[in-house]
Amino acid sequence: MSATSYGWLVLAFPLAGTLIIALGWRVLPGRLPGWIATSAIFLSFLASIGALFDLLDRPEEERQLVDSAWTYAATGDFKVDLAILVDPLSVFMCLVVSGVSFLIHLYSVAYMGGDRGYARYFAYLNFFVFSMLLLVLAANFVILIIGWAFVGAASYLLISFWYRRQTAVRAGIKAFVINVIGDVALVVAAFLILNNVSSLDFLTVFDDAGKAFAPNDGTLVAICLLLLVGAFAKSAQLPLHTWLPDAMEGPTPVSALIHAATMVTAGVYLIARTHPLFELAPTAADVGAIVGCATLLFAGTVALAVTDLKRVIAYSTISQIGYMVMGVCIAAYGAGLFHLMTHAFFKALLFMGAGSVIGAMAGIQDMDRMGGFKRAMPFTFVTFLVGALALAGFPLTAGFFSKDEIIAFGLHRGGGYAVLAVLGYLGALLTAFYSFRMVFRVFYGDAVPEARELEGGHIAHGDPVNPMTGEPEDTDVGFPGPEHYVAEREWPMKAAMGPLALLSIVGGYLAVPGLSDVIEKFLEPTFGDSRFHDTAPTDGAEVLGLVVGGVISIVGIGLAWWVYRRKPGTATRLRERFAPVHGFLVNKWYFDELYEAMFIRPVSTIGGFSRRVIETDFVQGTIVGGATGAVRVGTSFARAIQTGYLRAYALLLLLGVAGLTLYFLINSS
Amino acid sequence: MDITWYLVLSAFIFAIGAAGVISRRNPLVVLLCLELMLNAGNLALVAFSRMHGSEAGQVFALIVMVIAACEVVVGLGIIVAMYRNRLPIDIDEMSELRG
Repeated sequence: MSATSYGWLVLAFPLAGTLIIALGWRVLPGRLPGWIATSAIFLSFLASIGALFDLLDRPEEERQLVDSAWTYAATGDFKVDLAILVDPLSVFMCLVVSGVSFLIHLYSVAYMGGDRGYARYFAYLNFFVFSMLLLVLAANFVILIIGWAFVGAASYLLISFWYRRQTAVRAGIKAFVINVIGDVALVVAAFLILNNVSSLDFLTVFDDAGKAFAPNDGTLVAICLLLLVGAFAKSAQLPLHTWLPDAMEGPTPVSALIHAATMVTAGVYLIARTHPLFELAPTAADVGAIVGCATLLFAGTVALAVTDLKRVIAYSTISQIGYMVMGVCIAAYGAGLFHLMTHAFFKALLFMGAGSVIGAMAGIQDMDRMGGFKRAMPFTFVTFLVGALALAGFPLTAGFFSKDEIIAFGLHRGGGYAVLAVLGYLGALLTAFYSFRMVFRVFYGDAVPEARELEGGHIAHGDPVNPMTGEPEDTDVGFPGPEHYVAEREWPMKAAMGPLALLSIVGGYLAVPGLSDVIEKFLEPTFGDSRFHDTAPTDGAEVLGLVVGGVISIVGIGLAWWVYRRKPGTATRLRERFAPVHGFLVNKWYFDELYEAMFIRPVSTIGGFSRRVIETDFVQGTIVGGATGAVRVGTSFARAIQTGYLRAYALLLLLGVAGLTLYFLINSS
Repeated sequence: MDITWYLVLSAFIFAIGAAGVISRRNPLVVLLCLELMLNAGNLALVAFSRMHGSEAGQVFALIVMVIAACEVVVGLGIIVAMYRNRLPIDIDEMSELRG
């Protein structure tokens, strides 16, 4: 089989899984939907591996394959095919997406066991994976946009999965609206590309872009900025990030899958995929790099103050994606995608660990209530610790190599990029600190009652409440189920977290400076045309960067240890001392309030005015009322004839016939 | 043979029928009067057919009879339904279609 056949198979399995579960949910008993979904993704992963080996068998210049199933739309001499592009970048993304998704499906099989919407959950989850794979395999902008929009819809469905929870529904709508902003930008960008290059196929566009545009051409910069808006909306970068923390309303495995490992990296993928355009428009690329850098710092500071466990990890995700966006925008494509991969491993792992802890806390997510889970949950503790070490960039873990590769590239390019890279080191310090803030606050310290209960061999059961508002809830369909599951007791959860913990450590050895550069080599055919292809820092510089990064990481962890373990009151004292700063951070820099004042309130005011005055008074009152009035008056005569008496009708009929007869008689004589 | 007398008779019967349809309130009588009108038409058709010496008019008359039978079936059905529902057997009472 050729690589493209494998590519179609990659898409076919999750789609089949979705259909089987969605149509057969009534007859599929127990955990069967979960296993069907999991095996569908596993098959998809195997197909990705098949595509990988097929690509590796080919000579390097033949590793970009396009295969078209049929013509999707054709007008004149322009046509769009339902086509997939199998090249190293898309295969790389397929492997990451399907691999991590498989483990998260496996985790969900147990974790969602008590939920009444079990089959619905897996149908959505498989649909999401299908959409994401469609997005990364698309060979032209149209299919990309279709996958892009599907992903947004799947994300909406999964965030609002507990649809009877008010906060979850609001979060879903918020995510959808912000994603649509990105969709619109992407569609407009595609339109501009079509207008200027007369094609939407990736390879054609990238080949012809150089002829159609002068470097830094105004239109091209506009296109790239629009692409960036799309990427920012999907990848939760400033200023379109506000949906991601709220998206934590969804079930924890959803946070792990969509809002950490796969969907949010779609923006990074988009920038990497369209890199030939960005290289022709350095201004736009610089904007992207600056925004990525600003985001990673911003989100890092917020993660210091937020106390909701899942939201800390969510802000950490925003921050890490900031690194990736910065990486791909400064042309460190290999490094950015490498970080994407390692991040998918350790962030999914962290979310799974958090899910296990939340299970042990009977649904409570607030870190203020947690503590001392180290003895009660040894497996969760070890895996979470590995994830946190990788996130913090502790020497020799995966995050250590990937993050520092981006920073080293920035330093190597010098100038403004070096400034960004140095800020990246600052972000790394924040990252190390907040990662271990989580570890120390959740697993160390005095054991909370729930932890002691678990040590006694029993999972705590609380009244089901909404963790955000504290409102009591049902456990019926549309709400979280009554049962909670922890990794210590469920082998599928363990089986999912174990490999991820392993990958969080060994994943980094795919690209060790001076020793291996598997990722760069493999992605070569996609990025070989880059102007910065040969602009790589020397091994010595990279090793130096690694040393600096390692030191920073250890310093950050040490600081966290000092603040939370050595002098446990320090955090409280700091909070009281710098109350305004803390308030600013805890309220997430007041972005939500700003948007509320800038967009939501004006729009709802205008909306209310339109509804009251334009709709009710003008349209319904004047136009509709006037029209019905005129018709009513004008037809009163016609209505008067309709007496309802059969005899009257007969008489009228007769008179009519008699009249006609007379008329013809007079005319013919 | 002069056709005039036939036509006069036909017009006469037609006028009786029409007057009945317009003036009577009992649906049974209305149906009877409708039959009268139809048969007045039949008479005229047959008369013209004889005058022109072609059979087409007579075939038309047969078809009109079939249609008249159908109409009577429907009409009687309605009347039976009215009776079953204990509605007054009076067409002026059935004026729900007033505009």
